[in-house]
Amino acid sequence: MSAIKPNYTRSLDLKNGRVDMSHGSGGRAMAQLITELFAAAFDNEYLAQGNDGAVLPPANGRLVMATDSHVVSPLFFAGGDIGCLSVHGTINDVAVMGARPLYLSASFILEEGFPLADLKRIVESMAHASREAGVPIVTGDTKVVERGKGDGVFITTTGVGVARDGINLSGNLAQPGDKILLSGTIGDHGMAILSQREGLTFSAPIVSDTAALHGLIAAMLDSGAALRVLRDPTRGGLATTLNEIAKQSGVGMMLHEAAIAVNQPVEAACEFLGLDPLYVANEGKLIAICAPEDAQRLLEVMRAHPLGSNASVIGEVQTDAHGFVQMTTKLGGRRVVDWLAGEQLPRIC
Amino acid sequence: MKYVDEFRDGELAKNIAANIAREADPNGHARSPLLNPLPQAGEEAIESLREISGNRSYRLMEFCGGHTHAISRYGIADLLPASVRMIHGPGCPVCVLPIGRVDQAIRLAREQGVILCTYADTVRVPASDNLSLMRAKANGADVRMIYSTQDALKIAREHPDREVVFLAIGFETTTPPTAVAVKQAAAEGLKNFSILCDHVLTPAAMHAILAVEGGVSLDGFVGPAHVSTVIGSKPYEPFASDYGKPVVIAGFEPLDVMQAILMLVRQINDGRAAVENEFTRAVTREGNLKAQELVAEVFELRDVFEWRGLGSVPDSALKLRPKFAAFDAELKFKVEYVAVPDNKACECAAILRGQKRPQECNIFGTVCTPENPVGSCMVSSEGACAAHYSYGRFRSAKVAA
Repeated sequence: MSAIKPNYTRSLDLKNGRVDMSHGSGGRAMAQLITELFAAAFDNEYLAQGNDGAVLPPANGRLVMATDSHVVSPLFFAGGDIGCLSVHGTINDVAVMGARPLYLSASFILEEGFPLADLKRIVESMAHASREAGVPIVTGDTKVVERGKGDGVFITTTGVGVARDGINLSGNLAQPGDKILLSGTIGDHGMAILSQREGLTFSAPIVSDTAALHGLIAAMLDSGAALRVLRDPTRGGLATTLNEIAKQSGVGMMLHEAAIAVNQPVEAACEFLGLDPLYVANEGKLIAICAPEDAQRLLEVMRAHPLGSNASVIGEVQTDAHGFVQMTTKLGGRRVVDWLAGEQLPRIC
Repeated sequence: MKYVDEFRDGELAKNIAANIAREADPNGHARSPLLNPLPQAGEEAIESLREISGNRSYRLMEFCGGHTHAISRYGIADLLPASVRMIHGPGCPVCVLPIGRVDQAIRLAREQGVILCTYADTVRVPASDNLSLMRAKANGADVRMIYSTQDALKIAREHPDREVVFLAIGFETTTPPTAVAVKQAAAEGLKNFSILCDHVLTPAAMHAILAVEGGVSLDGFVGPAHVSTVIGSKPYEPFASDYGKPVVIAGFEPLDVMQAILMLVRQINDGRAAVENEFTRAVTREGNLKAQELVAEVFELRDVFEWRGLGSVPDSALKLRPKFAAFDAELKFKVEYVAVPDNKACECAAILRGQKRPQECNIFGTVCTPENPVGSCMVSSEGACAAHYSYGRFRSAKVAA
């Protein structure tokens, strides 16, 4: 007669298993998924409290909070995956407010039938990104939807951080005369995704720039430069983000095409598909607007950081009743850099 | 990027610009507002300069949307003297598609449950009942955006139980790939694939522009780039010989366009009218014979086709030959073409003919914007209105008091 193990459950089949409805039902299967996968990977003292929410120590400064949902397809792409992207995206949203990111929450919507091996890969990537950034995932949630009602996995992350006194960044603070700085090349993330989605291969692969920018931002804040606006140009790209700032601040801008760096494979892929890199998403770049007298100092600080080594001054804020973002072209002309209309669709011929 | 940067060189652009300025305006009265900034140098200032200069003006039509896009995106207008004015022509495939043709596709997708495949911007063209293919999709129609006719064939192979219709639009550049797809489908016996053929012909449209009574005063054409790689430069010869209009075929890069403008100015100054080819790296007089044969095998002329802006133009579009009738969605699904008049306030027709500029339309930038296009010129970045809205409207903006 074999010995009975009263609390035994067979461990999750992380190799060939799949998400089923029971993983979201609140029962034993869900508890097992959380324990063996999420808690094991994210492991930290707050999560270990095992409660519905995390109790956190008192914060010293103004709290900043941001949230971001991630629905990227494909889930795995050159340079990253939905897991690390969901960590970087929210850390960046907190950090561009001038805050030091402290904690993250993570909420998963899983589709029935999603391979557990893929989920494991994603969760481990999140755990790695969160550990590398020094920002723990302290609470979370999991729901399962029926097959066909999701796209594998959606992840929503929320971040909390603190901003120290004296730091005041906002999209409405750009002033005529201010300089506009960009931390590096544009379009890498969007074209990495698009080229993979469309099955386009290039001799040099396009790699997403997904990265947590809080380290670079901390160095920029420490420089003492008079920063007015920080923002990460994600969806809609550089053009859309600058238009948002111009509108909020009631100013115009003049950019210089020659100062805006684009990696060659990205440029080639954009040419090929008829896209403009100014409108393509980034996940590891930031725009900084600062007082003109501090621009050079800020630029040096940015260039000294690995994530800002290709930083440049790309233009100036100017008075403009229409709030146009304009650009001097490499050819010597001028154009408007407008909001993105609809989705950026490739041109026909 | 190699082979691209060479054609976008700012220094070379300056040289060509200086040559254009010197030859178009030998007295040097009318300078570009950028080269010699004036207080509030806007369209009006340029117009008044043109009057002061007393020199002749050069009204040049770039037929192709690709050129319109290049002119706007690279700010070429800033490099031209005030006496040279570019008029945006109708060479944008989605811009010339009349409402009735889009309606036809929407009806197919909504009422007959087909998978409707088409190229990019086509999904945004406004149709009847405040619909577009994109909105029809949001309402449940199965509309798919594809990059190549091969994608449409693939979808048809993967869904043998569904009818797949490719909305085939475009000028001579996109016609050969459609011909290839139809031939392939025939060879494979792919019975659930068909096309809604809206392929149109460039020379016919140019005739229609020039044949307009009391039409536009045009001094010459920047001739198509990609279209000409297929049809060659020969079909443009009547425009020079019969209508006395110089044509310079140009590539789509900004220096191509500027060089072509210089060549046109020279022809006009010399009193010549010839077809010249700036785009020799891709275009020959005869064009791509293989592509032409393929198109001729699969398609024949339609008696008449309604263009947005140009109205009904005889022999200006293609339909499938009877041999390929099984792949003709119009016959297969019996969807009739019903002509629908354009919105009354929309000036697309006059703009496509070069009679009006986008900013002269009363609904430009107010009711009609790229987010909510009323007319098709506002849909594609190759369209005159969308190009002016997206890249050039600072030029005509009046500062509110």
